[in-house]
Amino acid sequence: MALEVNGKTYETDEEGYLINLGDWDEDIAKVLAVEEKIDMTENHWEVINFLREYYNDFQIAPAVRVLTKAIGKKLGPEKGSSKYLYELFPYGPAKQACKIAGLPKPTGCI
Amino acid sequence: MNETTGGVDEGDPGLVKKFMFVNRKAPYGTIYALEGLEVVLISAAFDQDVSMVFMDDGVYQLVKGQHTKAIGMKNFSPTYRALEGYDIEKLYVEQKSMEARGLTEADLLVPVETLSSADMAGLMRSQDVVIDF
Repeated sequence: MALEVNGKTYETDEEGYLINLGDWDEDIAKVLAVEEKIDMTENHWEVINFLREYYNDFQIAPAVRVLTKAIGKKLGPEKGSSKYLYELFPYGPAKQACKIAGLPKPTGCI
Repeated sequence: MNETTGGVDEGDPGLVKKFMFVNRKAPYGTIYALEGLEVVLISAAFDQDVSMVFMDDGVYQLVKGQHTKAIGMKNFSPTYRALEGYDIEKLYVEQKSMEARGLTEADLLVPVETLSSADMAGLMRSQDVVIDF
């Protein structure tokens, strides 16, 4: 599969995840978000940027449970709940947010 | 041991078993180390008592400063530092394997407990399931 952004084509896997992490930028994220039917707000970007940082540090996309805990630690307990994250990304924070962040699907996410 | 479920008893969600993952191989050259790590990360979702052992060339998996560009492999060693966030904090290395390779705990990416071969054997005996990579 492929994704077209600003006249350039980017490779994605059969589920729409970006193949080359290095390709990612905010414009690509916006197109991916539209495909996921997500209206990006500052709170969404906060999670996306958190995920990019997490991946950069650990070279994996975190499981939801781990993401929730880590977000709570970094951004405050009111944001470290699965309720909050599912409100932002209704079809699964790991699945949807990782896709928009240009990360691979989290390990163990089926 | 239940033959059909590989030792995991079904039907009792509250049952916690002691799982040990033994890593014996160098990080690159075979897929064992990476696959083993992925299995451990997935196992974390089941709230079991998980520990990891690094022995023989497996101790190299935890060594700091891995540079993999020249061999065209992804350096997945930073992922060992994510284990703590997955509540996997029981990491053991075998003293003899470390000494034979001139390594000390200061050379490693994550905090570990160093065990003698005898203590390691005892720890293995106390497990419900031991999985070797």
